[in-house]
Amino acid sequence: MNLPPFQRLLEEHRTDVFRFLVVSVGRQAAEDCFQETFLSALRAYPDLRDASNLRGWLLTIATRKALDHWRGERRRPLPVEEVPERAAPETADGDPELWRAVRTLPPMQRAAVIHRYVLDLSYAQVAETLGISEDAARANAYEGRRKLRSMQPMQEVTT
Amino acid sequence: MRNAMPMPEVDDELREAVRRLGASTVARAHREGLVDVGYSFVDTPLGRLMVACTRRGLVRLEFSGPDPEQVLEELAGSVSPRVLEDPRRTEGARRQLDAYFAGRIRRFRTPLDWSLTSEGFSRRVLEATAAIPFGSVSTYREVAGKAGSPRAARAAGNALHDNPLPIVVPCHRVVPSSGGIGKYGGDPWRKAFLLQLEGAIDAEEVGQPGAP
Repeated sequence: MNLPPFQRLLEEHRTDVFRFLVVSVGRQAAEDCFQETFLSALRAYPDLRDASNLRGWLLTIATRKALDHWRGERRRPLPVEEVPERAAPETADGDPELWRAVRTLPPMQRAAVIHRYVLDLSYAQVAETLGISEDAARANAYEGRRKLRSMQPMQEVTT
Repeated sequence: MRNAMPMPEVDDELREAVRRLGASTVARAHREGLVDVGYSFVDTPLGRLMVACTRRGLVRLEFSGPDPEQVLEELAGSVSPRVLEDPRRTEGARRQLDAYFAGRIRRFRTPLDWSLTSEGFSRRVLEATAAIPFGSVSTYREVAGKAGSPRAARAAGNALHDNPLPIVVPCHRVVPSSGGIGKYGGDPWRKAFLLQLEGAIDAEEVGQPGAP
């Protein structure tokens, strides 16, 4: 099969992958997750069988890295009192308040919300990317959105 | 549902940050041995040259137009899809090219990777060409003979036309036995420039080679 040069994947999708990671794990952790994502992709690339959706493939890997990061975060006790809320200004965040709220959701709900409402993927695509059923994808996105709405009554999360 | 949750805005600052992050990711890939073909560009008096290297050595040189995409696809298809812009991988070859164009070296010592040339006549023609010394020329008939088929001058010309490593494998040193300097892709002025640089011909033999 003819795969495009990896450099092209990097150039075409690096911005979306980074933005997805910024809203998923915050600006600081996004840089590590970004490198991990593309290094994993590069390792697997020569054996890739289906090149029809390379963006989806990269986002799937990025999602796995984000999930790993969230799991690690839950295990790690954070010295909340000593550390300022954010070490770096969130210049890349459209709405820091909202993304902070998103990052309090349980991992699957968080991933489902970001994929469905931020990346605008269909439930079928969300299911495929997260490796869950379409019903589970819908339920996770719904539950995540419901919680966000209750956390931020002023925030227009629905349309 | 669109725009219900706007993504972080893509501005120049973000784009630049992501570009730098991409480059540092490639540097890490290089250290971890994940780059199969690394390429970058070098400016020469003949224009911008794309330099591509595998772990084994220099695999491709190409005078790149504004879009190197076609050459990169060719490399992805015939060597490996793990093709990345990796200036570290090409550093040695680029330094030698700079030295050659500055007149400081007469011979390239960079290792070559022949992956893009099939074994057989073509390969033998290019190897015979690689043995032509700086400052001298040979003919299509002669290199065909050294490759084992003295009457295959035309086929030798085709093999030289497909030379993946111009300059370093000096196909510009092969000229027609009937006189003149012959072809060089679509750019005989480059051939004339190189032969003059090496002192193999005088300027009046080719007119004004600097003008394409």
